[in-house]
Amino acid sequence: MTPTLASRRDFIRVSSIVGGGLVFAAHLDTLEAATAPFATAIPDFAPNAFIRMTPDGIVTIMAKNPELGQGVKNHYPMMIAEELDVEWKNVRVEQADFDPLKFQGQSTGGSNATPSGWGPMRQVGAAARAVLVSAAAATWGVPEAEITTEAGALIHAGSNRRAAYPEMFEKAATMTPPALTAVKMKDAKDYKIIGKSTKGVDVPKIVRGEPLFGIDVSMPGMLYATYTKCPVFGGKVTSANTDAMLKERGVKHAFVVEPGPNTQLDGLLGGVAIVATSWWYANNARKNLKVAWDDGPTVASSSAGFAASAAELSKQPPQRELRKDGDPDAALGSAAKKVEAQYFYPFLAHAALEPMNTTALFKDGKMEIWSPTQNGGGRALTAAMLGLQQTDITIHFIRGGGGFGRRISNDYLVEAAAIAQKVPGVPVKLLWTREEDTQHDVYRVAGWHNMSAGIDADGKLTAYKEHVISFGDKRMNAQGQEQWVETRGVGMGPLLFPSRFVPNFSVGMSYIPNAGIPTGFLRAPGSNGIAFAHESFLDECAIAAGKDPLQFRLDMLSNTLTGETNPNALNPDRMKGVLELVREKSGWNDRAKLPKGTAMGVACYYSHRGHFAEVIQVTVSKAGVVKVDKVWVAGDIGSEIINPVNAEAQVQGSVIDGMSEAMGQEITIDKGRAVQSNFNNFPLLRMKDAPVIEVHWRKTEFTPTGLGEPALPPVPPAMCNAIFAATGKRIRTLPISKHDLKWS
Amino acid sequence: MPVTFKVNGKSRTVDVPADMPLLWVLRDELDLKGTKFGCGIGQCRACTVHVDGVATISCRRAVGTVAGAEVTTIEGLSPDGSHPLQKAWQEIDVPQCGYCQAGQIMAAAALLKKVPKPCDDDIDTIANICRCATYGRIKEAIKIAAGTATPAAKSGEEV
Repeated sequence: MTPTLASRRDFIRVSSIVGGGLVFAAHLDTLEAATAPFATAIPDFAPNAFIRMTPDGIVTIMAKNPELGQGVKNHYPMMIAEELDVEWKNVRVEQADFDPLKFQGQSTGGSNATPSGWGPMRQVGAAARAVLVSAAAATWGVPEAEITTEAGALIHAGSNRRAAYPEMFEKAATMTPPALTAVKMKDAKDYKIIGKSTKGVDVPKIVRGEPLFGIDVSMPGMLYATYTKCPVFGGKVTSANTDAMLKERGVKHAFVVEPGPNTQLDGLLGGVAIVATSWWYANNARKNLKVAWDDGPTVASSSAGFAASAAELSKQPPQRELRKDGDPDAALGSAAKKVEAQYFYPFLAHAALEPMNTTALFKDGKMEIWSPTQNGGGRALTAAMLGLQQTDITIHFIRGGGGFGRRISNDYLVEAAAIAQKVPGVPVKLLWTREEDTQHDVYRVAGWHNMSAGIDADGKLTAYKEHVISFGDKRMNAQGQEQWVETRGVGMGPLLFPSRFVPNFSVGMSYIPNAGIPTGFLRAPGSNGIAFAHESFLDECAIAAGKDPLQFRLDMLSNTLTGETNPNALNPDRMKGVLELVREKSGWNDRAKLPKGTAMGVACYYSHRGHFAEVIQVTVSKAGVVKVDKVWVAGDIGSEIINPVNAEAQVQGSVIDGMSEAMGQEITIDKGRAVQSNFNNFPLLRMKDAPVIEVHWRKTEFTPTGLGEPALPPVPPAMCNAIFAATGKRIRTLPISKHDLKWS
Repeated sequence: MPVTFKVNGKSRTVDVPADMPLLWVLRDELDLKGTKFGCGIGQCRACTVHVDGVATISCRRAVGTVAGAEVTTIEGLSPDGSHPLQKAWQEIDVPQCGYCQAGQIMAAAALLKKVPKPCDDDIDTIANICRCATYGRIKEAIKIAAGTATPAAKSGEEV
């Protein structure tokens, strides 16, 4: 069945009849053999994994990764088009389905698209160009090396010959494409697309309100579903009045779905499905739904209980040591000044604006799924939960209304599939309410950081000790030993700054067990909380040392005591570069001239391979109302800013996202369930709160890296450091809205 | 209970309970998917449409109360996407995920009808949530549509 959204197959069928266009095999090397079966299985579509060119000069490029607003639907096609050497105006982009044999990784997350695709995507384009060059060389009887390309044309200057790409299609179709790794790619100075701005390929549809998102999927005979789960995480249905639901207006089916065969909190939890002729009918029927729940053990969990456990654990030595250099205890004992603090950040929800949803159709033993997901993980999950073969499950990636890491989990997807399996032959669209989206999230994990620092008489940080309290469970490993397995998204590690830059340093972890709270990955996971603790505490240290907080960081970064370098950790030269850039752009050195109540704060952070330093200027009224006046961002993500208009948007979005988190967001747990439910108690900033955000790039010789995340972590600490500078009030627990910031 | 009202210039009759929110009538009964569901309690305003020219949160507006009214959705803002706001939105590439943007454009269109040359404070009265936080560009696009934009530094040369 073809949904109204997916005109892709029609397009390809039509173009293959009309066009007879050249189909380029642009396999990734390691998958060439694995791709072969598709050539016979789906003759319409294969073997052109990425590129299809038609005689009219139009180049259709498959965007392999799901798009949720991060801009990868432009990004990868830009890389391919650059090396294919065609004009962007002639490029059409199509979203690929989940098909890892053709496309390899198709996961959105971790700011990983640029670093993982930078080589392969350009090679895909370059390999296609190389075949056309070979075809022209053979046709013209000239050496390949004498042929150049430009804007979709082949040129042999020596004989003054020029051919548009389509003129070589017939010859090229007979030639073997080169190995991807053997193709020559452009020098960066010759780029015509990379480094220039391209507008989002879906924007024309967005501004017209055309169906585009997961929630918009529609097909003949489709029914709409709600799925009611136990408000306590991991609870089960004991009984439900599903027969009574069938009497409600529009309701066609109502049944209990049993939990899947494991206890994964973002897998298939048990619940009650109501399937109706309109989503509102399915939702409205729930007014009369009565469910008896088996809450399970998590009903004993609460934020207050976690705080008490964290306080107890904080008194003990860490259960697990991540790193130790020198003798931090001795150095603390002999320090001229000692700084001690505990920082706390709460659980957070993702609050993607499009609530979780998926459409599924189970027919003749096969499951077809249309989902605004961040990856193809739903296929293995659905197979495992519903007893299906992965080869019988198709996933279509549909544009998502924001992801922020929420859609890395596929619980909503497998729920839709489980409901569809019970009503074979009928497409079913499951949609969660905002309340369900907020209360059945995979939360950013809360954390407590106990930190002590020693400063010598010269104002240098000589000792640093940290004990982080997070969540985890003790499990048996393969050797039969008990060990701590931490919950998802904690993100502490032995290399986080100021590790490597303080001579006497230790960091360790302890875990609160059996919490039962589903956690996951929220934009800049780990970093989004850790940066608040670390960069706020460093501000405290700088002030205790009597130093300018920005210069204090620069001084520390010049002090590579261990001499240890690591390509996956902060690079001091790159971080110093962005700190110096943001100092200059923000007018940091003139901040003493700001009026009372207005002040600047600084923070820097390395995450997701990006180096960012940010200055935030706030004004705090005497009544304690915080307004962010302006934000300056300096970023180093390597040698290219691939799509500048999108890069700037990602940074500005990250900044306001971080401001929202810091200012007012918190998920509290009571009786094993989330207390907050909607935007009235989990607030997002609005237009009136949005500051001007300047974005500055420091281009370096490093390979380009991603941008969905690394601009976010410095925001909460820079904001809190600015509030301290304005009011003298140090914020050690988020959100800011819980603090009285009145001053006089 | 049949309710008759105009949607994007055409008379439509739906037979649904009078308390069914206009949002769900538009989306599921009339198959106009441009108007989005975000919260259901009038907080995010992704569902903003015009009822008799006034920006209205359609998730909180019972369909029974729009009988005889003229409803405009994003699909009907212009016949071909040529409303000055739709053009400005494309010109400076406002959307990130794009989910809220129909509501933002409808809110902005209602504002421009009331205040053709809005200042920053006027624009700040638009309280629609953009989770991706495209607020700076929304503001700029409104000014472009209103003809009050000052040329801003471009974020890079365009292809």
